[in-house]
Amino acid sequence: MITAPGRRIPDTGLRRGKPRLAIGLLALAAVLAARPAAPAAPVATAAEAAPVATAAEAAPARPIPPERLRSGLDFAAPGIRALQADDFANPGMLWVERGERLWGESAGAAAVSCASCHGKAADAMKGVAARYPRIDPESGALRDLPAQINACRVRRQQAPAWAAETEPLLAMTVYVATQSRGMPLSVSIDGPARPHFEAGRAIYERRMGQMNLACLNCHGERWGGRLLAETISQGHGTAYPIYRLDWQTVGSLERRFRSCLSGIRAEMWPYGSSEVIDLELYLAWRAQGLPIETPGVRK
Amino acid sequence: MKRILTSGSRRARATLFAAALAAVPAAAVAGDPLVPYRVSGGEIPEPLGGLKGDPVRGRELYLSRESNCALCHLLPDGDPRQMGDIGPPLGGVASRFSIGALRLRVVDSRRINPGTIMPAYYRVDGLNRVAAAYAGRPVLTAQEIEDVVAFLATLR
Repeated sequence: MITAPGRRIPDTGLRRGKPRLAIGLLALAAVLAARPAAPAAPVATAAEAAPVATAAEAAPARPIPPERLRSGLDFAAPGIRALQADDFANPGMLWVERGERLWGESAGAAAVSCASCHGKAADAMKGVAARYPRIDPESGALRDLPAQINACRVRRQQAPAWAAETEPLLAMTVYVATQSRGMPLSVSIDGPARPHFEAGRAIYERRMGQMNLACLNCHGERWGGRLLAETISQGHGTAYPIYRLDWQTVGSLERRFRSCLSGIRAEMWPYGSSEVIDLELYLAWRAQGLPIETPGVRK
Repeated sequence: MKRILTSGSRRARATLFAAALAAVPAAAVAGDPLVPYRVSGGEIPEPLGGLKGDPVRGRELYLSRESNCALCHLLPDGDPRQMGDIGPPLGGVASRFSIGALRLRVVDSRRINPGTIMPAYYRVDGLNRVAAAYAGRPVLTAQEIEDVVAFLATLR
């Protein structure tokens, strides 16, 4: 059973903002200093410029070249693919409808709806999900889509944040993400996002749990192989929130992380923690160019 | 807890210089779930704790969610669509390796290849973020290791 031990209100990310950024910049400086291949002069310049990250940051090499990127849908059985492709059969569409309803409902002390400020979701939210997780310019915190939705609820509607993995939050996240269906993921890992990206990559590559496995070991190095009867996917989050038949409901990418963490017998991060959003950013960058499929369907 | 089995090489060296260590009784440290063992020539020559393995129980363990062997390794009589393929298939594995070498591979494959993704089934150190329910205990008990090894020994 998935429990939600009180998702942090996204703005509390501020608390961790400074030390995390400092650590990240140190890590960035270390990475830049350690790169053997790059010519000496630009490295020195970039290292000096690290406190104010600039375009001098070299783009990291893509772990999976764009032409080899494959959605998890490619590894799914034909029946699952058909279910996702048909909007009348796709069970995730129920969450789209719920989200659409919530979009127009007034909430909170401010008694405003999403539509009051944003207007039509089809226009205002088009392409938005493709850019998340992203740095909130005001607070400097990295937010994923659920965190941004909750930030809006608290700040603009003056309503309490929705708890992680609850119906309204999933429905709104699905609804917003669906407005970007078919659009390629395109997140920024530059400037203040870079330390989060590096932290996410470190998590992705770090072995964890009693089974001592990293995300990388299966989804990076052995995709296409099989665990029991399951083909290992490349581990892209492009269809989330997603309807999984074994959940019998829609769940977040974070919930999916928890399935893997449980499999390798690793300690989970609390819902909404910075580690999770950092990992989401790394995955989004890794999947850069793949189209958003929300609401996806998987086994 | 981590006193008996520290790093592989340290442990291996210790055993080289003190062969008598193999005779140390099981669970020498109170509360420690791991019995000491001796690594020699790429093998763990003696059964863990002097225990005798049961190949029937070993096969059950192989297929269980506790050990997850079948997640990655195909058995010669298994349905290839129902067993994983990211580890080597195990048909004939007992013809390729001695019992002691099989034992070492199950207990701690990292001692053979530090980069392997094969989990160490009898080791509790050198791990990160182990879930509380599993912290400080190996994937399999000494008896279970011997059961699995006894089963693998039948795959000729």
